[in-house]
Amino acid sequence: MVKRGFLLTLVLAVALAAASSAPAQTPGVTANEIKIGNTNPYSGPASAYGTIGKAIAAYFKKVNDEGGVNGHKINFITYDDAYSPPKAVEMVRKLVEQDQVAALFQTLGTPTNTAIHKYVNQQKVPHLFVATGATKWNDPKSFPWTMGWQPNYQTEGRTYAAYILKNIPDAKIGILYQNDDYGKDYRKGLLDGLGEAAKKMVVLEQTYEVTDPTIDSQIVNLKNSGANVFFNVTIPKFAVQAIKKAHDIGWKPTHFLNNVSSSLATVLKPAGLDASKGLITSLYMKEVTDPQWKNDKGFQDWVAFMKKYYPDGALDDQSNAFGYTAAQAMTQVLKQCGTDFSRENILKQAENLKNVEFPMLLPGIKVNTSPTDHAPIEQEQLAKFDGERWVLFGDLLEAVKKQ
Amino acid sequence: MDTLIQQVVSGLATGGIYGSLALALVMIYQATEVVNYAQGQMAVFSTYLAWSMLNAGLPYWVAFAATLAIAFVGGLLLERILIRPVENAPVLTIVIVCIGLLVILNSVSGWIYSYIQKPFPSPFSSRPIQVGNIYFGAHDLGALGVTLVLLAALYAFFRFTTLGLAMRAAAQNPVSSRLCGIRVGWMLAVGWGLAAMVGAVGGMMVAPVVFLDPNMMSGILIYAFASATLGGFTSPGGAVLGGLIVGVIENLVGTYVSFIGTELKLTVALALILIVLLVRPSGLFGRATVHRV
Amino acid sequence: MPRTWTWGLAAIALVIALVLPLSLSNFHLFQFSQVYIYAIALLGLNILTGYNGQISLGHGAFYAIGAYTTAIMIDQWSVPYGWTIPVAGVLCLVVGFLFGIPALRLEGLYLALATFALALAVPQILKYFEHWTGGSQGIVLGKPNPPWGLPINPDQWLYFLTLGILVVLLVLAANLLRGRTGRAVVAIRDNAIAAQSMGVNTALYKSLTFGVSAAYTGVAGALSAVTVAYVAPDSFDVFLSITFLVGIVIGGLASISGAIFGALFIQFVPNLAQDISKAAPWAIYGVFLIVFMYAMPRGIVGTVRLALARRLRRRAEPAAAPAGSPR
Repeated sequence: MVKRGFLLTLVLAVALAAASSAPAQTPGVTANEIKIGNTNPYSGPASAYGTIGKAIAAYFKKVNDEGGVNGHKINFITYDDAYSPPKAVEMVRKLVEQDQVAALFQTLGTPTNTAIHKYVNQQKVPHLFVATGATKWNDPKSFPWTMGWQPNYQTEGRTYAAYILKNIPDAKIGILYQNDDYGKDYRKGLLDGLGEAAKKMVVLEQTYEVTDPTIDSQIVNLKNSGANVFFNVTIPKFAVQAIKKAHDIGWKPTHFLNNVSSSLATVLKPAGLDASKGLITSLYMKEVTDPQWKNDKGFQDWVAFMKKYYPDGALDDQSNAFGYTAAQAMTQVLKQCGTDFSRENILKQAENLKNVEFPMLLPGIKVNTSPTDHAPIEQEQLAKFDGERWVLFGDLLEAVKKQ
Repeated sequence: MDTLIQQVVSGLATGGIYGSLALALVMIYQATEVVNYAQGQMAVFSTYLAWSMLNAGLPYWVAFAATLAIAFVGGLLLERILIRPVENAPVLTIVIVCIGLLVILNSVSGWIYSYIQKPFPSPFSSRPIQVGNIYFGAHDLGALGVTLVLLAALYAFFRFTTLGLAMRAAAQNPVSSRLCGIRVGWMLAVGWGLAAMVGAVGGMMVAPVVFLDPNMMSGILIYAFASATLGGFTSPGGAVLGGLIVGVIENLVGTYVSFIGTELKLTVALALILIVLLVRPSGLFGRATVHRV
Repeated sequence: MPRTWTWGLAAIALVIALVLPLSLSNFHLFQFSQVYIYAIALLGLNILTGYNGQISLGHGAFYAIGAYTTAIMIDQWSVPYGWTIPVAGVLCLVVGFLFGIPALRLEGLYLALATFALALAVPQILKYFEHWTGGSQGIVLGKPNPPWGLPINPDQWLYFLTLGILVVLLVLAANLLRGRTGRAVVAIRDNAIAAQSMGVNTALYKSLTFGVSAAYTGVAGALSAVTVAYVAPDSFDVFLSITFLVGIVIGGLASISGAIFGALFIQFVPNLAQDISKAAPWAIYGVFLIVFMYAMPRGIVGTVRLALARRLRRRAEPAAAPAGSPR
């Protein structure tokens, strides 16, 4: 009796499942909705970046409130991957196979994106504006469906190298970098940019792990190596320590700070505005705590957006402007799609951004993509901290293209 | 020579941080025979409460004292409410409950305060003290001082007060203690309360250096375990000393042993744990436990 | 529980497992493959911790060794993935045995600490030997196609592969633990000194148990490398080892079927928690953990066993009482 009932249930289950698993014609698109998929680290060691996902969700809500895109509301589906590659694989498969999203957008993290890289290209799902600065996302020949977003780390490293070669010919360089992809990418950029001179100029390299409580010991070693140029590739938490400690032990090198930690409120202020004088970084966005943008319309629009749609979000967290801008780019792509939101057309339009400006990017920076250029933002500008704000200097630099 | 001294000094500073958390771990272990994996998170949560108070405008030492009081009561309640129901369950069940607590506290901290790191003020000056070519941080010295004062206070408490005596009795021999009229259950709760308090102090001393975020203690917990192992899980003083030693060794090995460099610093700490466990499991200052057949 | 019942339930479970691919999407099959892989890992840990009483907080390390063995063999020497699995198992057997020897000197808390240290060291060591392991970039593998031109898709193939290996290892473990070996292993947990005086070579058994336990977990790691098709140091952090511990306690210590329940828990409950609360999913997970431990301190299988034992005892009593009790 039990066995028969059990078998009946089984048959019913099979029938139901078979009926419900037919794939949609245009995945993720209905008459009035587009599904966009995303994974972000909302928990775990990288959870500070989870605010990007929240800012994006808030922006899409704004877009929907204003009528959506060409009559379609954006349904932003985001899952937590805890910065773990297997979890990212699972969640992305869920997005692609179960939720059947039209495109993946701003998936965050290098190891997580590496894990899904092959899969999304095999499944032919647009993998757009990934939130990582690694260089490998701009490879349309091998991975046509994947597209990067921010100026990549190697480019930034090369920019600093060019400056050093030009302005500090007798440089003795000390490098501190995080012992992972992000740190190594920056380091590679600098060393590549220095070329032959690297052997002579780099006097000491030190690494650290995200789990280290302090990096004081590394700073002491760098000072004692006699370096007069310091390439600081650290995330905000450690950047503060590095700047403060260098100042405290009386070490005053020409200090290059990576863009990731250039925030005034989260890094420079806690480290000490005085200690941060003279820091050089490379920017592509308007720094949200920099007083020079107070009366800038783009900045004011962003603040208004945060207050209305993401009141829990911190107004001094650059990540929130980062997510906001990326979401604007995605909206632009969708707008360009007209009424054809097929995956192929979404990719086509993503490859068709011509001289688009976004309000929170530095004035003059234009976003350009093409079927052979999957790096949307390639311009940045050097800036020096004068004790109060980042003063842009020099010209807007184009990415030095690798041959 | 200067480098050596500077690294030792930096190591002592970091070691003070490890020692304070190790102290809390050892305290709970001594009182309850349970290694509380949520210890770090409890410290972080207490520090967040302190942050809220400071943000609301309270003066530092008032917020400090209030946090200690709240932490004590909180720890006590956690033991009574959360651990009491599984007191007699297998030890691994209690461990899982502690892990559940850890995860809940971490998630709730992130939810209420967001995951972005926050600066936390130090009651000590931030100007460095210079002696010759060596630089000391005033906060590092201050934090170490606070830890030592705490240690002395705890020692005095356990040695010279009735409550302290009762707690030691309850931990050593619960059955006989009950016969003497000691409420063993409440002794455990007080033990948790004290450990939570010690953890809160540790958190407030550490936060100015490593910045406050829900995962603040995860990196430190590892070193705290190393410190407690080195010093001995049955010796509070050993735990603090163990912390200092771990901090110094970590820095010296990172600087002078080049093939390890800074890439394997964590592994060094862990190799230390393994070596100590193999050679002298009870740690440098702990008492060896003898199992009666 | 009567043997026939056990085999009957196991047979039904197997039938369900074999039929699932007909009704589940590829994504769900992927998730269930993960469940089977976790079950193998949990089985390994349970042999050591549940049956033999040696607490390990570091089994993530063996999982990582298994995964990287497979990845390196495929990536550097193009070895077919099928061969990498037994190699991973044997390698972990040896490493586990070697680790088990010094572990003989450690009890309870101290062993937990030593294994905790091992788990923590793993990501850093993996990153250090960049030339082999690809460092923090990890190693990308290809997803295997079904062999012999079978008319199923890769996800279905991997599902049956992991299920098959799970069943084989389950039967192996059941046989191992049911006979003399099993009794010796449990005896060591319950009273090592008494066991030794009865002639059990505790040192050898404890180390061997460590080795076998590591081998199981290593095989699970190898399979996970094949199914996820990517290995990176970030995947093998200390939280993985803690998750394994959670799995065996929830499932039930010293139980073989407990491995499956534990695996289902650690795979699906985090997702469930995320569905319940986007804002603080891990808080919900923590609540689940605590509630489970209150309701079932001996794990799912442990509690079921207790309940069944009580019922059987109650049924036996009325028959016994009138005959024996003096009035």
